[in-house]
Amino acid sequence: MNNILNEIGIENYIFLSVLLFCIGVFGVLYRRNAIIVFMSIEIMLNAVNLLFVAFSTYHQDAEGQVFVFFSMAVAAAEVAVGLAILVSVFRNIGSIDIANLKNLKG
Amino acid sequence: MSAILITFYFLAAITLATAFLTIYSRNPIHSAIYLVLCFFSIAGHYLLFNAQFLAIVHIIVYSGAIMVLFLFTIMLMNLNKEDEVHKPRITRLGAIVVFIVISVVLVTIFINSKTIMGDYDTSGEDFQSIRKLGTVLLNEYTVPFEFASILLLVAMIGVVLLSKKEKNEKK
Repeated sequence: MNNILNEIGIENYIFLSVLLFCIGVFGVLYRRNAIIVFMSIEIMLNAVNLLFVAFSTYHQDAEGQVFVFFSMAVAAAEVAVGLAILVSVFRNIGSIDIANLKNLKG
Repeated sequence: MSAILITFYFLAAITLATAFLTIYSRNPIHSAIYLVLCFFSIAGHYLLFNAQFLAIVHIIVYSGAIMVLFLFTIMLMNLNKEDEVHKPRITRLGAIVVFIVISVVLVTIFINSKTIMGDYDTSGEDFQSIRKLGTVLLNEYTVPFEFASILLLVAMIGVVLLSKKEKNEKK
């Protein structure tokens, strides 16, 4: 079985994951819409998952991919709870602009 | 350049471009569509690694379940209009500066740290078929596996309670 990384190289995957993660960070900082902030968090989680799979292939070890399963389960639970919170915020405030969420500000 | 390398660059370009467009587009529906494309290209990366089960699970969970959740929430809140006010200029400038600094620093770090890049291991041993993954998952990771089911159950109950609460208070 030929290792795919002979053709591509693990560096390329590291750079791709790093750039994807930075785009996610940029989205969290740049947008005010809470749903887009959630999508940026998903992009960051996916960047990390991609790096897990790349290094799982690098070490020829299945445990990296098993960890990605758990990360996916946690991501699914996180998105469900987060979107439910957003819906109830929207019912109370009438918008999901994160600049409006300042009830805790003294 | 081999065909695999060209495929990789093509998929990577799609991934980065759609991830950026997700953040850049004003309409949340367009953002969700671009996010689906981004997830599909990441599933393509998994297929490139020959991790078929992970690719299929990724498509089912992310492109299926999570995106349906996002789209339903967007439609529930009636957000498909482009009336978002931008952040103040200084905040946006700060976000762009942070983005550039983080990417330059991280990429420079990884360019300069080539110590682990030896030859790649090609033992030929099967390590990512569904049979092998299931064995590892249920032998060595049984307890986290069961805890994941508890986590999903708790998340489901919590979401139902969070969504129903308002209705009960109004009565």
